[in-house]
Amino acid sequence: MILKYLLQKEFTQIRHNSFLPKMIVMFPIIIMCVIPWVTTLEVKNINLLIVDNDHSMLSQRLIHRVEASRYFIFRGIAPSYDDALQKIERSDADLVAVIPPHYERDIALGKLPQVLIAANAVNGSKGSMGSAYMGSIVGQNITEARHVVSRSPITTLTLFNPHKDYKVFMIPALMAILIVMMCGFMPSLNIVGEKEAGTIEQINVTPVSKWVFILAKLIPYWLIALFVMTVCFLLSWLIYGIVPTGNIALLYLLAMLLALIFSGMGLIISNYSDAMQQAMFVMWFIMVCMMLLSGLFTPIHSMPYWAQQLTLINPLRYFIDAMRTVFIRGGGMPAIQMQCIALTVFALVMDSWAVISYRKNS
Amino acid sequence: MNNISHTSPAPIPSFGGVGSLILKEARHILRDRRTMLILFGMPVVMMLLFGFAISTDVKNVRLAVVAPSIDNQSRKIIDRLDASEYFTVTQLVGTTDEAQLLLKNSSADMAIVFTPKFADHTYDGTSGIQIISDYTDPNTAEMETAYAQQIISGGMLQATNNKLLYNPQMKSAYNFVPGIMGMLLMLICAMMTSVSIVKEKERGTMEVLLVSPVRPIYIIIAKAIPYMVLSLLILGSVLLISRYILDVPITGNIVTIVGVSLLYILLALSLGLLISIVAQTQVVALLISGMMLLMPCLMLSGMIYPIESMPAILQWVSAIVPARWYITAIRKLMIMGVDFSMIRQEVIILTAMTVILLTIALKKFKTRLE
Repeated sequence: MILKYLLQKEFTQIRHNSFLPKMIVMFPIIIMCVIPWVTTLEVKNINLLIVDNDHSMLSQRLIHRVEASRYFIFRGIAPSYDDALQKIERSDADLVAVIPPHYERDIALGKLPQVLIAANAVNGSKGSMGSAYMGSIVGQNITEARHVVSRSPITTLTLFNPHKDYKVFMIPALMAILIVMMCGFMPSLNIVGEKEAGTIEQINVTPVSKWVFILAKLIPYWLIALFVMTVCFLLSWLIYGIVPTGNIALLYLLAMLLALIFSGMGLIISNYSDAMQQAMFVMWFIMVCMMLLSGLFTPIHSMPYWAQQLTLINPLRYFIDAMRTVFIRGGGMPAIQMQCIALTVFALVMDSWAVISYRKNS
Repeated sequence: MNNISHTSPAPIPSFGGVGSLILKEARHILRDRRTMLILFGMPVVMMLLFGFAISTDVKNVRLAVVAPSIDNQSRKIIDRLDASEYFTVTQLVGTTDEAQLLLKNSSADMAIVFTPKFADHTYDGTSGIQIISDYTDPNTAEMETAYAQQIISGGMLQATNNKLLYNPQMKSAYNFVPGIMGMLLMLICAMMTSVSIVKEKERGTMEVLLVSPVRPIYIIIAKAIPYMVLSLLILGSVLLISRYILDVPITGNIVTIVGVSLLYILLALSLGLLISIVAQTQVVALLISGMMLLMPCLMLSGMIYPIESMPAILQWVSAIVPARWYITAIRKLMIMGVDFSMIRQEVIILTAMTVILLTIALKKFKTRLE
């Protein structure tokens, strides 16, 4: 009964703020509409310059191939390598290919003349992928010139994401980011906000127990997470035509566990903080570290050993793992059993800690 | 008490007023130990994470091998894959279905299938190898597949000579350090100024400041200066860590780097001021600067995701994100080591943005007073 009134109070507080309800509704929508288009690590539109020291049929053909490639934007012919390097410095070009003199003649003689590819590698993956694409174009060009048809014995099979679409990879991750932000930031400002406003005193003198009080703080964020998930599923279906392959109930279960963990964490921070700014900074710091070490942006198996060990204490890692397994690969409960157990343990620990760390007498 | 207020002349010299206001603001900042700890701990931890933990290199890919019978030919290929730094053979299964199940449960990242009696059919052209990869993460999968193909075919003849400029070891830190600078400076300046002003509004102490003889413009300056100093300290620590711990070279002129950063800090401060005018409560100010500012800084600035790969309309949107221009300029200055004439465009845009934001903020701030 008391819980009902406390919940009513929480919702009234959220509703009476002119900004919060708007943000709860608009933030997920904007993020879901914009960010999937942005988060592509696909390398394309590489600005390419060619220095042609050969001026032969073969070098012409290479240039035509580059023009036709969907990875490159052909920026023209540069008179010399130095000139091209200057263009790179000015960021007018990302990649230069230098065709050596007597290129066609040497190929006809059966030699293997080297095309020099110089790439701006400030962004390492872009530089190396660009060089690799260019390398394969040069390779194709030579193969065709020599009229050798080579049949590769290797075939590849693309599983789970046949169109190689980056959005499929990012949408489950974006759901995680949204839940973490919504259920992390808002509770972390909640109790400390009451402390600053002085209203916490009024709660402290009532007979409301710690458990009920914290529960009343947790439930609204839990419902917000439910709402956010539903919005995300609808938008990803409407805008991108991407629907989860696995069981949607499992996805909701995972999201609920994550919401419990992060709102618990927010309340813990809120309990220990003296000022809102402090709470925000602490939460922000923890959140960024967790996101970076969760495999959200970069694969976990690329990390060094110590960082991989660190990810074991990161609840977000288990969530991302399980979410992608169910959403994209279509795995069932047996596939994510371990992650579910880990998340449940985290949720229990965090929420009990949130209750214990809240003190009615200061 | 009474005596002191009498001896000081009625119109307080503006500089003295500003001085004591700066002192007051600095005390506010220094008093909150935990925030200070986070402020200086955050750049350090983030730089270390980005420098050492976050990488997109293909490494330790868990490989499942599907071979009904292993003969010397397929054994050679498997050994070659296993010996490479990219792959680790973790499972050996009999059928493709089993392998696909492993991929589905993400207990393997890639599977490689040999046709039966692989060695016996090497020369009649019927032997084959299939690579099954998990394209959940398309970029990583693409690279993994390319590496596997290269290793299986035993390294093809190289027809090109590749040269990676500026970053021959392909360290991701080269790309991330300017990004972290852009994000942290923006966040710290904008969040802290906006909160410190809104807090005074919320507590009602702003009124006290406004009725004091110090002119409003000096109140703002006094609010901004401590955060500016703080940002410069953070900038210094980021540059030191990147130079001496992450081995990222600072090839450009350090004075120009600091100069551009100062301009950016000023921009962030004006943005913070603007937020403080819009927001009436601390929660709103914090959420605007923490969430609404963080996402564009992270996503649309080219820090992680290259701007050229975005759809045209978002490329236009990203043009109004100040962090984008700052990060580009710092990348050019720090990593590529070009001189000032190459970053003129970025500097002009940043200056224009600062002027516009500052004018709007100051104008609004004044009307609110009257």
